[in-house]
Parts: sequence; C-alpha cells; structure tokens
Amino acid sequence: MNKSLPILVVLFAMLVLWIVAVAPMNIKLALDQLERQKVEVTPSGSVVRREMSSFVLLAKNAQHVGAAYELDRPKLPTPRQVAQEIWKTTGKMVQRGRAWSKRSLIYHSWVTLKSTFYGFALGVSIGLLGAIAIVYSRVADYSLMPWAIISQTVPIVALAPMIIVVSSQVGIESRDVPKAIISAYLCFFPVLVGMVKGLRSPDAAQIDLLKTYNASGFATFLKLRLPASVPYLFTSLKVGIAAALVGTIVGELPTGAINGLGARILIGDQFGTPLAIWSALFLAALMAGLLVSAIGLFQRLTLARMGMQS
Amino acid sequence: MIFALTILAVWAIGWGLNIGLARADGISHRSKSIAIPIIFGLTLLLLWEVTVRGLEVSPVILPPPSLVMQTFAASPDILWVDFVQTVLKGAIRGLVIGIIAAFAFAIVIDRSEFLTRGLLPIGNFFAALPIVGVAPIMVNWFGFDWHSKAAVVVIMVFFPILVNTVQGLKASDAMQRDLMKTYAASYWQTLFKLRLPAAMPFIFNGLKVATTLALIGAIVAEYFGSPTRGMGFRISTGVGSLAIDLVWAEICVAALVGTGLFGLMTWGEKKITFWHPSQREK
Repeated sequence: MNKSLPILVVLFAMLVLWIVAVAPMNIKLALDQLERQKVEVTPSGSVVRREMSSFVLLAKNAQHVGAAYELDRPKLPTPRQVAQEIWKTTGKMVQRGRAWSKRSLIYHSWVTLKSTFYGFALGVSIGLLGAIAIVYSRVADYSLMPWAIISQTVPIVALAPMIIVVSSQVGIESRDVPKAIISAYLCFFPVLVGMVKGLRSPDAAQIDLLKTYNASGFATFLKLRLPASVPYLFTSLKVGIAAALVGTIVGELPTGAINGLGARILIGDQFGTPLAIWSALFLAALMAGLLVSAIGLFQRLTLARMGMQS
Repeated sequence: MIFALTILAVWAIGWGLNIGLARADGISHRSKSIAIPIIFGLTLLLLWEVTVRGLEVSPVILPPPSLVMQTFAASPDILWVDFVQTVLKGAIRGLVIGIIAAFAFAIVIDRSEFLTRGLLPIGNFFAALPIVGVAPIMVNWFGFDWHSKAAVVVIMVFFPILVNTVQGLKASDAMQRDLMKTYAASYWQTLFKLRLPAAMPFIFNGLKVATTLALIGAIVAEYFGSPTRGMGFRISTGVGSLAIDLVWAEICVAALVGTGLFGLMTWGEKKITFWHPSQREK
C-alpha cells in the first residue's frame, strides 16, 4: 500500500474537523457582534449567552452560522482565513516588491531562519566536539555524559530570559547571539548522543585491523570512526535542526523580540490579532518541514555517494 | 592575576581529581559514575562563584551560586506556591491527560493499517514542530489559570507519545504474534500480554521526551498570562523587577523538577523493562 493516499486522507480529515470546529468555537463572538449590529439573535444579551453551551447556541441560531466563519478576530480562524493572511503577508508583498518590509512574514521567517542556522552551527559543533571528547577520554565520558542528559531536563525557557540578560550586560547588543545560544542548547544534545553512538559503532575487529596496519589514532579516526558515524550523524542532524528551530522560536517568545516568527506570535497575542499568530505558526511548521527534508535529501545524496544503503 | 590563577587552580584540582578517579583501579564502575559527575558539577559551580566574585559582577546581572542558595532557602513559601501552580496543576495534569489521550489514540489507530500509515508520518512531523507557539492561543481559549497551561502541555506531549506508542506496538515480531495465535489468544490478550510489554521501551522513550516538554509548555504558557503565581510568571516579572536571584532560584526548582521527573521515568523504565538488553548490568 502506498503511503501518500493514507496521509492525504488523514490530512483531509483533519481539515474537515478544523472547519467543523470553527462554528462552535466562534459562535459566541459572532452572536455578540451581530447583536451589536442590531440583528435579532436568541437569546439576547451576551451575559446570558456566556453561560450557555456553544452547541445549544448553534442550534438556536442556525441562520447565523455563516457569521462564525467571517469574524475579523476569530477564536479559531478558518483555514481559508489563515491561507489568505499568509498570502497577504508573503506572496502579495512580493508582488508589490516589499518582500523585506517589516510587515512581511518573509522577512520574519528569514530572521528566524538565520538564528536557527547560527544555533544549529553552534550546537552541531558543540555536539561533535563533545562526542569526540567522550569517545576518546574516559574522564570526559564520566563527567560530561550525565550533565548532557541533565541539561536537557532543565526547561530551557526558564533559562532563556537569563541568557538574554547576561549577554546584553556583557555588551552583546545583537539579539542573534542569545537566540543562537538557546537554540544550540536544544540542538547539541541529539548530535552528541548520535555521534557518540556513531563513533563507537566500528567493532573491535575493525579497530584491531587498523592497529595491525600501524595506523595512528588520528588516521583511525579519519578513516574508520568518522565514515562509520555518518549515518548516525545525519539522523541526529535531522532531529537537531528541528530542535534548533524550536529553540529559536522559544528564544523569541518570552524576550520581547520584535523580529522573527516567535516575535510575530508574541505581537499577535499582545495586539489581539489571532490571524497573525496562526500564520506565523504555519510558516514555522513549513520551515521545519523544509529544513528536515533538506537534510534528508543531503543524507540520501551523501550516503549514496559513500556507497551506503539509502 | 590572582583571579586568573584561582580559576586555573579550581579547574586543575577538579579535573585532576576526576582523571585520578577515572584511572583508579580499586573503584567500581558504579561509584565512579556517581562521584565523577558530581565532582565535575561542583567544579563548575565553584568556577561560577569565583568568576562572579573575582570580576565583581553585580548580583543583578549574574548572582553567585551561594546567593542563589540563600534565596532558595529563604523563600520556600513563594517557591512552593509557584511549584504547585506550574508543576502540580499545569504540567502534571496536562502530562497525565496527554499521556492517556495519546495512549488511547495509539491503540485505536493501531487497529487500522490504513490509519497507521497515514498518521505515523504526520505525527512524526508534528512532533518536530515548534508547538510551544500555540501557547498564546490556548491562553486565549482556556483563560489565565492552569487549564490553558495543561492544554499546551497536552498538545506538546501528545505527538511524541503517540508516535512512540504506535511504533512500539509494532515491535513484537511475527513469530511471537503467531505463537499467541496458536494459544488462541484474543486481541486483548495479545495486546496486554505481548504487544504492550514489547512496546514499553518505546513508550518510555516517548515519556522521557514528554516530561521535559511538559515543563517547557507549562512555563512558556505562563509568559502569556497567568494568575499572580507560577514559575513562568515569577521568572518574567523577576527579570523586570531585577529580582534575579529569585529567578535563579526558580530555575533551580525547574531543573530539580525536570531532573526528578526524568529520573522517575528512568526508574520506572528499569522496573518495567528489566528484560530489555539496554537495561542489563554493564
């Protein structure tokens, strides 16, 4: 059985469920708005309605269901509204030649993407160096590994504001640095764990063989351990880049950032514009999908080139 | 100069001690793997203390660990109130609801090959998304109190547990399932006696990820509105009012809770999946 048909069916079901859910979610807001425009709704008075079930209200005001799908500031926007908002802040801006305006989501996505890359680069470097240290030094294995695990059980969001306070006091004005640190904090761990496994994956016979060749430690690393770890590396890179994106957005959320997708979510919350939140969320999801599939593609190409299975 | 020397000395002593311990012969692997990380952690804390005091960093920017400890000990009532609000009310309730929902859903979709094929990739995709972003929407829907926090937690933990459980339910191999069939075992008997136990290592992987996510979700949701208590509330207001030592004390609590929950899961995993190769004594 092919995979794509079930996926499409499930996606379609989710979409239908979403559209159906809009009516009960928005009906109270819609009725309040209609009543303000002097339209007759049953029962009248928003205080009375607040205590009632959304479904009862729906049944009593069946003729007004359409209004629930056309609110400006809905509790739950329709897929169409979200799509329109995304188009308005991306494609339409490009058409008008204002893709880099601060109102354009392309600009904000780029800010987030840039920080994600910085954090990813930092996190992958830390993960790689840590893994090499752990594989080659017993002291590092004993001391670092437990702390690497503990570091991931500490909720990074609690630390995020402190990282920003400290880095701004040290004289780093740019927001990119604290964001990159937060995203590296989430991103290094899968790389570290995956690479420790990968670098240890050659078995004793292979290492012994290189010893009989009188290979130096560095040559063993370069010619045996590193190539053997490549499949592990890519698997952890995929987890790592998704984690780096999560980290960047977490870094943008609680810190009063003004640029980036996380900041759009924050601003959408402060100004009560749910459509801005929803469109930023969808672009973040799209970005996560693109980043992970880009690494997946790179993985297939590299492994095919190295003659491994893919 | 003295300052730099002190830092070097602290590091040299801590690291040297660990090298000695790691190479020492008469000590068991078990005691080494407890002692060495502790010494490493203490060395880092000491470095932090020495650096902050040596460079005379204002405690408003980065308080030394000793000050954090003092604040931690001096304000148990605030920390307890926040702990109850964020962890017991928000994170734990959300975690329990999320686990039950994901678990039930996994068992239901596992019965249909079609649904499994459709939902598994989508669940995997959702598990990689920055779902914390829904926090403001949930606060808008469910109000400022713990309900919205629990809702964020439910959404965040749902997909990792779902995906892991569904994969775990496939972990028993065809031979084992055939054996159950020759015993004339019903679907539920097979589920409870073979497939769920076989799925446990996967489920615990999901649970371990979920505990961390639960705390993140509960704290982030508080940044978007909460009653005047809670760890996220205290952290965001503490940064504004320069009560940085209290913020660090909250971070300590968060770290302890996160590690504690993770430890609890690891302990449960050890007890329940004792038969799995990864749990064997080294």
